[in-house]
Amino acid sequence: MSRRFLRKVINVVALALSGLATAIGLFFLGAILWTLFSRGLAGMSVMLFTAMTPPPGGSGGLLNAIYGSVVMTVIGILLGGPVGMLAGTYLAEYGRTARISSVIRFVNDVLLSAPSIIVGLFVYELLVIRMGHFSAIAGAVALAIIALPVTVRTTEDMLNLVPQGMKDASTAMGAYPWRTITSVVYPAARSGIVTGLLLAVARISGETAPLLFTALNNQFWSTDLNAPMANLPVVIFQFALSPYPNWQQLAWSGALLITLSILILSITARFVVARLNPGGQR
Amino acid sequence: MNLQKFQRVLWALLGAIAGTGAVQAADISGAGATFPYPIYSKWADAYKQQTGIGLNYQSIGSGGGIKQIKAKTVTFGASDMPLKPEDLKEAGLVQFPMIIGGVVPVVNIKGVQPGQMVLNGPTVASIYLGEITKWNDARIKKLNPKLSLPATTIAPIYRSDGSGTNFLFTHYLSQESPKFKETIGEATSVQWPSGIGAKGNEGVANMTAQTEGAIGYVEYAYAKQTRMTYCDLINSAGKTVAPNGESFQAAAASADWAHAPGYYLILTDQPGAGSWPITGASFILVYGTPPDATATGEALKFFDWAYRNGARMAADLDYVPLPESLIKQIRATWKAEIKGAPAMASASDAKRM
Amino acid sequence: MNTAAAIDPRHAAGQRLRERMFRAATFVAALLVLILLGGVALSLLHGAWPALAHFRLHFLTSEIWNPVTEKFGALAAVYGTVITSLIALVIAIPVSFGIAIFLTELAPAWLKRPVGIAIELLAAVPSIIFGIWGLFVLAPILQRHVQPWLIDVIGPLPIIGRLFQGPPFGIGILTAGIVLAIMVVPFISAVTRDVFETVPDVLKESGYGLGATTWEVIWQVVVPYSRTGMIGGIMLGLGRALGETMAVTFVIGNAHRIGSSLLAPGTTISAAIANEFTEAVGDLYTSSLVALGALLFLITFSVIAAARFMLLRLERRALSSV
Repeated sequence: MSRRFLRKVINVVALALSGLATAIGLFFLGAILWTLFSRGLAGMSVMLFTAMTPPPGGSGGLLNAIYGSVVMTVIGILLGGPVGMLAGTYLAEYGRTARISSVIRFVNDVLLSAPSIIVGLFVYELLVIRMGHFSAIAGAVALAIIALPVTVRTTEDMLNLVPQGMKDASTAMGAYPWRTITSVVYPAARSGIVTGLLLAVARISGETAPLLFTALNNQFWSTDLNAPMANLPVVIFQFALSPYPNWQQLAWSGALLITLSILILSITARFVVARLNPGGQR
Repeated sequence: MNLQKFQRVLWALLGAIAGTGAVQAADISGAGATFPYPIYSKWADAYKQQTGIGLNYQSIGSGGGIKQIKAKTVTFGASDMPLKPEDLKEAGLVQFPMIIGGVVPVVNIKGVQPGQMVLNGPTVASIYLGEITKWNDARIKKLNPKLSLPATTIAPIYRSDGSGTNFLFTHYLSQESPKFKETIGEATSVQWPSGIGAKGNEGVANMTAQTEGAIGYVEYAYAKQTRMTYCDLINSAGKTVAPNGESFQAAAASADWAHAPGYYLILTDQPGAGSWPITGASFILVYGTPPDATATGEALKFFDWAYRNGARMAADLDYVPLPESLIKQIRATWKAEIKGAPAMASASDAKRM
Repeated sequence: MNTAAAIDPRHAAGQRLRERMFRAATFVAALLVLILLGGVALSLLHGAWPALAHFRLHFLTSEIWNPVTEKFGALAAVYGTVITSLIALVIAIPVSFGIAIFLTELAPAWLKRPVGIAIELLAAVPSIIFGIWGLFVLAPILQRHVQPWLIDVIGPLPIIGRLFQGPPFGIGILTAGIVLAIMVVPFISAVTRDVFETVPDVLKESGYGLGATTWEVIWQVVVPYSRTGMIGGIMLGLGRALGETMAVTFVIGNAHRIGSSLLAPGTTISAAIANEFTEAVGDLYTSSLVALGALLFLITFSVIAAARFMLLRLERRALSSV
């Protein structure tokens, strides 16, 4: 076998393997989505959205869990989003070259990848023990802490994309930096910031571990922020590990619900970014 | 969307969320044993339909129940392992039994139907010690001469969380096998030499149903509701008994509650030909001087309602409701030891259903 | 900001005040990031202190986890965390590498975007989904088909056979490692892809110009250039795998034991905390669990910090060579 032929064979084999690797990755995505759909769709009904979580063996839905997840996610984003935006603004505008900014960026990246159960432990020590009970507010704070690094990162990246010329023009007209930022930079980076918020929402709506020791769970409908509140991920956790068929069905349907929402949010965010950067640059 | 509109939307959103925090009729909060959870949740549903007050019970295991009540994060704790009178006094807690049930071994063996397999204490202990590893072992065959057992490896499933069911099970096995007592001991959470851990009665039931060759231990309602393959046991009188309401009742019949301080009584290995060897009561823990007297009062009202109206629902799930004399004794304890306990009517002048 | 006297001094003062407040607000918000990290570290240490003071170094070297005798050791949990993450990497690195190659070199333009999006969607799926999928779909398949095969074929072999012995439970260390691998692939492949795309075309063209095959250009030009970035991406994936909770809790088997077989059940730090924290009775038990959390924080912090540092170096190099 000539050396040239051997090299060609190796080339083909290597590239075929890489194609195989991609096929494997796609296969698992497909397998998981297939399982979610086939098992989750069976439980999809209007009742899923109108009835509360039932006792074992009864029929019911996920209304209190869906409500709890929505409320805690919204509060989490309301707490973590604006703080993240302000912090990202500092990193992109005021403190762009400051020494402390590189430290903050580094720490932010570390927080971004930190295990979420650690956040849960932190909020437990900080809030749950102090307050003396589990609460939806504690859960929302835990989610806010997870959303914060995401919004800091995306806000900074998006603000950096705004052309310096625009900012200079505003300054030349006599505007203070705060005015430039709020009247020129924010509107220009609007879609990017919204994308960042969408991504943060997608990230926190699927988190289970931080809610395990903060918001706990609630069998009934509750709108009390100061008490345990039902939420989809913990309900799925509890129901999936149970031996009751009705609970397991609700777990799968809930899982399908979460995944669909997150996928839709992620795809929406992606399209918004694509429209913002028509050149396709990352 | 300009700044004005954005602000308006933001305020509207905040207002909606703030309205969310509005006060409403408070639910009773409790946490603890998974052992009685099936019947507690059934009672809670019926109670809510009748009175509009819900019971928010976190089924997190007896260990969790004890921890939460000690941390005062819930109004009552539930535990299948009774606290000793000294511990009760130290924590300022009042303890009383709520319901009685049985722990049953469940298996997942191809070809074996519910109620076919017979085991005894020493054999189960050996299985969990890791000494018997295959289902066709001679020691199991001896107890089941007519059953065809495959050569599947045994997968012991145990409780990975703090569990009163675990306490009852290990207490029983410690009584039956000195080696078990020495090596593993009895508690809500022990160190098992082999096998797989699962969370809650639910987790053990689920894991056993999922894994071929598995053996687990669950409260009977879990086995009954999900149609698992439960086993018969040979009790201290040498008779083979099946787990059901009668055999639990037989074990509970000889219990001397009147002379048990703090109601500390463990019902495993009770005498009697028809007694189920792993029977146990599930207890409620509340504070003698409750931090929130109204909440504790509501909880006691719920328990009182359950004593008077919950017997049939309990029997449906093969739990054993407490005898009337014991309930009377418990009401007297409430009056004597719980500050601010609402006056409870006795069964003779029971309110309408 | 000194322009003509047409500006009303009061108006200017108001503007200056707003400027100072806004600037301060952004600075405080940015500081909050630092405070948060410090707060987490401090509160973990505070909660872990009773256990650490009581057990000292034994905590790290003891496998015993006995709530009855109140003897706790982190060894089993740390072992499980490390081994499952290693298995995940062993599986995920080649697969991610393959995907990155496919997407940057092989795929035609029309295929690149949808496949790329699909792989990244895998990253968006919440970890609890992986957990229930692993328990209800993967574990039974492993128990009934894959594990018996492994035990029969590889079990009898010397040395590596020891890794595949024991009864087929379906769940266990190997299953957890496989689920983690699937979770980590999108992260590593995304970073690797980004890194591959920073390789200057001129380098690749020179390779092709010399008659190299596609594979040879990849292996001998692209990879050496991207080495730092690739390692950074792998370590990011490792950091994710080490800290993953929900996916692992369902399929790890919850046994505080170190077994020689990969088919045995075990536990990881995060699975132990998730399973036992709400029910831990006793200050020493709770403190030991928080100590496990502190350990996890330390491990993941080191890995992630190292990874970010490497990626930073790569970014600087890419920027300077443009």
